[in-house]
Amino acid sequence: MITLDFVYILAGWTFALFALLGLYDRTNPKRFGNAAFWGLLALSMLGGDYLTDFQNGLLVLALVAIAGTGQIGRAPGGEVSAEVQAERAARHGNFLLLVALIIPAVALAGTFLFKYVPGLADPKQATLISLAIGVLIALGVGMARFKPPLLLPAQQGRRLLDAVGWAAILPQMLASLGAVFALAGVGEVVGGLIGGAIPQGSLFGAVLAFGLGMAFFTMVMGNAFAAFPVMMAAVGLPLLIKQYHGDPAVIAAIGMLAGFCGTLMTPMAANFNLVPAALLELKSPYGVIKAQIGTAVPLLAANIVFIWLLAF
Amino acid sequence: MLVLIGIVIIIAGFLLRFNPLLVIMTSALATGLAAGLDVTAIVAAFGKAFNDTRYVSIVWIVLPVIGLLEAYGLQQHARSLIDRMKGATLGRLLTSYLLLRQLMAAVGLTSVAGHPQTVRPLVAPMAEAAAEARNDALTDDQREEVKAFAAATDNIGLFFGEDIFLAIGSILLMKGLLETYGYSIEPLHLSLWAIPTAITAFLIHGFRLRRLEKRMRKREAGA
Repeated sequence: MITLDFVYILAGWTFALFALLGLYDRTNPKRFGNAAFWGLLALSMLGGDYLTDFQNGLLVLALVAIAGTGQIGRAPGGEVSAEVQAERAARHGNFLLLVALIIPAVALAGTFLFKYVPGLADPKQATLISLAIGVLIALGVGMARFKPPLLLPAQQGRRLLDAVGWAAILPQMLASLGAVFALAGVGEVVGGLIGGAIPQGSLFGAVLAFGLGMAFFTMVMGNAFAAFPVMMAAVGLPLLIKQYHGDPAVIAAIGMLAGFCGTLMTPMAANFNLVPAALLELKSPYGVIKAQIGTAVPLLAANIVFIWLLAF
Repeated sequence: MLVLIGIVIIIAGFLLRFNPLLVIMTSALATGLAAGLDVTAIVAAFGKAFNDTRYVSIVWIVLPVIGLLEAYGLQQHARSLIDRMKGATLGRLLTSYLLLRQLMAAVGLTSVAGHPQTVRPLVAPMAEAAAEARNDALTDDQREEVKAFAAATDNIGLFFGEDIFLAIGSILLMKGLLETYGYSIEPLHLSLWAIPTAITAFLIHGFRLRRLEKRMRKREAGA
């Protein structure tokens, strides 16, 4: 049976190849830093399960030390010239699109296949495993048709990843910080503060505090999942459900979506907000957040009104 | 109260633009120390969580394919497709993607599209081409805004579609938590209540995409 380990091994060798190619890229003045950074990530993907928790922690400290002291950089240029790209685009046309769509198509097909035919792959990880298989198929088809130099996909992939830089592991780092926050009981303290700040006797005031608290706490933690249990314990359960007899399903479902509005407005949700800005090579790392605020604020207001109208 | 030091460090660190990885590590150490943990325990806790969440970073395996296709002209081809479609305006293009992303997420297909898989190679260049088709003098700032909206549209479509699906993590989290409070609620019941917000998100963001399209044109008239 295929498990997530297959994907980790594939990712590990991909990062290892990036590290190796980076090491030999003499046009990059920070090539040693890059090689060490992607090499450590490769080690984490391939061997993380064989290391102790403390050794994994040391690995993270090394990653942070490399990135935090500015040892990561990118070589200038490296892309294929626009003229060559345009000439090739005219030659290959829709075939390019076809290969690009192999990845989502296989992810889609595999998700259903692995869910309904048991024993092939871990059904809980069906989409991620299918995504990895889709990548391999697309790569095979592309190599067969275009016949590029063998290392071209790895070199171009490395160039794209170097453009993202250390931000590539930011989402994973923030998820890990969330675990430390949970261990230290940060959620209970914040919940207590918000719970204490609500005016007594006002239903709308309590709904407002719940919705805004979900959004605000999500912005701080970068994740509505972390905010949800805290706000439910502080406001949702004692006030909205017990005191005002609101419908728990409405309060939970729409409260979570109020949190998602917060996700749109915070750099802490790096994978949604900062990583795409790097990937699209925007000048401002906050460009995506700026584009989202105009949707997030009115939608948050709408969610608060929905809870008020639908739950009571 | 002292454990909140980590949140203060995060906010200050991001505002002062220190390297976010350093800020996160500092915040984790300070929070752990404030909670009475020793340094080894904090490092081990962080390492365990990092290892458990590796799946977050595996999406980068798509980059060799994207790099190969871009070297062979995928972005140019995506642009030329839009140029040939006369009716493909910026607003219509991104609104269609928003709807498609919401519908796919609503049936549980969240990882099918995304920033590395679809936004960078397809949606962003298509959006740029659609904006250029009406305005041959897009400024750099306008180009940035169009690309940022392409990414924003992907996020909004994902967030306000996925909770309609029964088996998504957030629905299971809600069910689990409500059960500990003694309320047994069917996932379907929770997911149906995500629909009003999904429709509202589509209307609000769709309206903003229309205004974006007009804004991209108006500046052309003034230039």
